[in-house]
Amino acid sequence: MTRANWEVVIGLETHAQLSTQSKIFSGASVAFGAEPNTQACAVDLGLPGVLPVPNRAAVERAIRFGLAVGAHIAPVSIFARKNYFYPDLPKGYQISQMEIPVVQGGSLRIQTKAGEKIVNLTRAHLEEDAGKSLHEDFQGQSGIDLNRAGTPLLEIVTEPEMRSSEEAVAYARALHALVRWIEICDGNMQEGSFRCDANVSVRPLGQKEFGTRCEIKNLNSFRFLERAIEFEIKRQIELIEDGGQVVQETRLFDPDRDETRSMRSKEDAHDYRYFPDPDLPPLCISEEWIAEVASGMPELPKSRRQRYVNELGLREYDADLLTATREAGEYFEALRAAANGVDAKLCANWVNGELSAAINRAGLELADAKVNPTQLAALLVRLADGTISGKIAKELFEIMWSEGGEADALIESRGLRQISDTGALEGVLKELIAKHPDQVEEYRGGKDKVFGFFVGQAMKATQGKANPAQLNALLKALLLGG
Amino acid sequence: MRFTEEDVRRVARLSRLALEPKEIEGFQQDLSQILDLAQKLQAIDTTNVEPLAHPGSSSVFLRADLVTETDQREAFQAVAPEVDRGLYLVPRVVE
Amino acid sequence: MNLSELLNQGVTALSAALGSREVSAVEIATAYLDRIEQAQPELNAFITVDREHTLRDATLADSMRAASPGQSLAGIPIAQKDVFCAKGWRTTAGSHMLENFIAPYDSAVVQQLNKQGFVTLGRANMDEFAMGSSNENSYFGPVKNPWDLSRVPGGSSGGSAAAVAAGLAPAATGTDTGGSIRQPAAWCGISGIKPTYGRVSRFGMIAYASSLDQAGIFARSAQDLAILMDVISGHDPRDATSVDRKDAPCAKELDKDIRGLRVGIPKQWFGEGLSAGVKIVVESAIQELVMMGCECVEIDLPMSEQAIPAYYVIAPAEASSNLSRFDGVRFGHRAAQYKDLAELYERSRGEGFGPEVKRRILMGSYVLSHGYYDAYYLQAQRVRRLIANDFERAFMLCDVIAGPVAPTTAFPLGSFGADPVQMYLADLYTIPVNLAGLPALSIPAGFDAGMPVGLQLIGPWWQEARLLQTAHAFQIATDWHTKRPALYSGLKP
Repeated sequence: MTRANWEVVIGLETHAQLSTQSKIFSGASVAFGAEPNTQACAVDLGLPGVLPVPNRAAVERAIRFGLAVGAHIAPVSIFARKNYFYPDLPKGYQISQMEIPVVQGGSLRIQTKAGEKIVNLTRAHLEEDAGKSLHEDFQGQSGIDLNRAGTPLLEIVTEPEMRSSEEAVAYARALHALVRWIEICDGNMQEGSFRCDANVSVRPLGQKEFGTRCEIKNLNSFRFLERAIEFEIKRQIELIEDGGQVVQETRLFDPDRDETRSMRSKEDAHDYRYFPDPDLPPLCISEEWIAEVASGMPELPKSRRQRYVNELGLREYDADLLTATREAGEYFEALRAAANGVDAKLCANWVNGELSAAINRAGLELADAKVNPTQLAALLVRLADGTISGKIAKELFEIMWSEGGEADALIESRGLRQISDTGALEGVLKELIAKHPDQVEEYRGGKDKVFGFFVGQAMKATQGKANPAQLNALLKALLLGG
Repeated sequence: MRFTEEDVRRVARLSRLALEPKEIEGFQQDLSQILDLAQKLQAIDTTNVEPLAHPGSSSVFLRADLVTETDQREAFQAVAPEVDRGLYLVPRVVE
Repeated sequence: MNLSELLNQGVTALSAALGSREVSAVEIATAYLDRIEQAQPELNAFITVDREHTLRDATLADSMRAASPGQSLAGIPIAQKDVFCAKGWRTTAGSHMLENFIAPYDSAVVQQLNKQGFVTLGRANMDEFAMGSSNENSYFGPVKNPWDLSRVPGGSSGGSAAAVAAGLAPAATGTDTGGSIRQPAAWCGISGIKPTYGRVSRFGMIAYASSLDQAGIFARSAQDLAILMDVISGHDPRDATSVDRKDAPCAKELDKDIRGLRVGIPKQWFGEGLSAGVKIVVESAIQELVMMGCECVEIDLPMSEQAIPAYYVIAPAEASSNLSRFDGVRFGHRAAQYKDLAELYERSRGEGFGPEVKRRILMGSYVLSHGYYDAYYLQAQRVRRLIANDFERAFMLCDVIAGPVAPTTAFPLGSFGADPVQMYLADLYTIPVNLAGLPALSIPAGFDAGMPVGLQLIGPWWQEARLLQTAHAFQIATDWHTKRPALYSGLKP
């Protein structure tokens, strides 16, 4: 296979479960893990005569998403029915949006090894989820659980603009972070709250027309997304290079075998007979409503990142890390608020350095960090005002992380205060100079390296608490001045 | 316009309706007639006319996000043809 | 007034009698049930009668009255079209598909009536899934016209209309998608109203064509219609098309003066196609309105002849999708034999639905399917807008529109057996109204060769009150609405 001769084209369709209490068209709960069919009400079951009524909170979340990606929010959008028969689809149609979706356009910025890239979105529309078929242990039959039916989804569709699995994963991660950032989706991939379908095709480098695409359904982890796309790219290139043709079809990824395989094609060649749902008049979203939603929006990663770089003077690298997730940003903001007067760069270094390392070592989420922003702020205040040295600060952090406690109290009880008292330091240094006349001579004779020897000895004698800057200045003066 | 036997079979398949052979013949005739009726619409000039899917001008009513429904599985499944341990049963679904 | 006379009166009279404790709800219900029992074998107006259930309701109504004398409607009996889900009642929609379906909830209409203490007499027969104009499409057999048992009562709410006409119920619920209340009301010689789309909640009403369906009422007078309209109207958060309005109750507005009312006469509705006998009756009814002080203006509804073709694209399209839920999985008929999922669906539906329902599902799937959607479905929706625009223009010139309900009187059973599509054409005066979502009613206007003829009154959006005022004034001036079929004058009591 000569992969270099081929260009990969990927578009993603992501289903994000909207974080509502009740379903998109009924008042049944969306809580995860209930007994089968105990959260499927008459509307979800498609019983005779009952009607869908849209959930205002689901629409509100779609608006939030539209604002976050800079999309056009349609003042009038239309719910349509997608008609097909399947046991997990109780009404025989799925209520979705077809011709006029609620969110149109928009874009998302992603970061890959090659740099920054903008992925354009085609649309995002509201729709209801289907139920679940269970296949085991029903005397050769399938059991249908409709608890999930009617769960609110936002289907977010990109343009076919990604060119590698790395880009696809970067997009999926950025989207995942965003929907959690704006709190429209809990992002729980194990529970199916965030799942991707990948449309993958390949074409010879330089060819304008797209190749025939395959859709890989229901990828519910970033790793599966990457592996499924990688497998699919390889499969398609090999197929074409062997003189075959890619068939447009839906495929499933099998993580155990690390391969995609064709889903038995549904027999009707997908004539979904979309038409406007006659039970649902047009969805109208006023400018006032959009403004109201906008006023309640958190600061978005993009503008926050800009602010960090331009106003706080952070490095792009740090700004990226601090805006990668809502939690990181919130931690940083809280830290800054509590650590009054401490340089933002120092705060960023600590969040992205010590804190992030400790979290990774412990395998925790930021929300469960054992040192909270207020605690860390107290530590940084003492570091900044010279009470403790950088080295001691790291040790103190370790103590706080593993044993708990507050910075100031620990500094006192453990005697970690930096020795900045000139008299005390002078005493220590004079003693050292008296003890090591040979080394003093060497230094005075031009052997600069000996200076380090004295610093080491001084730190040892003060258990690391000497203020390094002060120590340096004083030592230099004493050595030279004699 | 003439509805062919294949047309009837195609829409019957889409609609999941089993039809007897003699029904197919009857529907072929009836549907051809209805289609002739519908064909009259083609003569109307509807340039620049917006389709009207819902009478009136109202926008959809939106409900508040509240859980208002309680578990009624027992009552709902009392009218179900076949259930087991709370699940609706159907012939095995193959994916 | 003896009981027999009282039963022939109507809601207003019954309410008065119950209020004065002249008679109890249980006595009234029992008497109507006895009448139903006598008439049922011939007329077949009901699909389900459950004496015990009805008497339980009646007992409850009596105690409601005892507890709060303000409940002026408690104990009034009503027949429910079998399309409204009612908890504990078998709700079949006239279909084999739902032959054993006991609804687990009340429809909004049933709920509103129950709240006022109305007593359900039984479940009225209807065309399967409300598809039909003669009530010959019921799985439970056709309903006969009480004026002539060889004729149809009209449809799809044929059982409701026949029951009220024959004196088996003082009032009944119905639904009107293309004329299913107005046409049987006209053919059975009673009053029937189809409200503005969105006025009455569709929750729990088994859907035929959602953008056209609207629940309404049959009764013996416009006055009774007004009382019942006020009970079933109102916003329902369970129906996204239900509209929140604060109109004055119809019953309060009933006696408003109608002098000077501009009555629009569609010039297209009195030409070819309208039978001579019906034309004479409708024209003299309009003359009566003029004598009462109304003013006639000619109006133009050029697109109304396109209503039938548009309707037979739109209604089947919506129906084909609405009826997909009847798949034999969660409720309803399930085939006895099937080898896989596809067969389960196809056979359950093939066996469960009757021919007219299948016809419309097939037609609907066709016009929505790939390659036909634009030419048929979208074009029909565009024409629908033109039809609605016609009415909008007309109502700039007039306050109500008056015209025939149907081109003929009730036809003999089996007239269109071999040619179901011919029957569609008879709904030319009722269907435009549904496409535009307007309120309309039918009131008795006279007879043609012994069969009743209705006068249709159509109003602008939300003007039910104006229609009922006009109808009420007409019924004060005339006595057509008091005529009763001779065949059913001998019921006991």
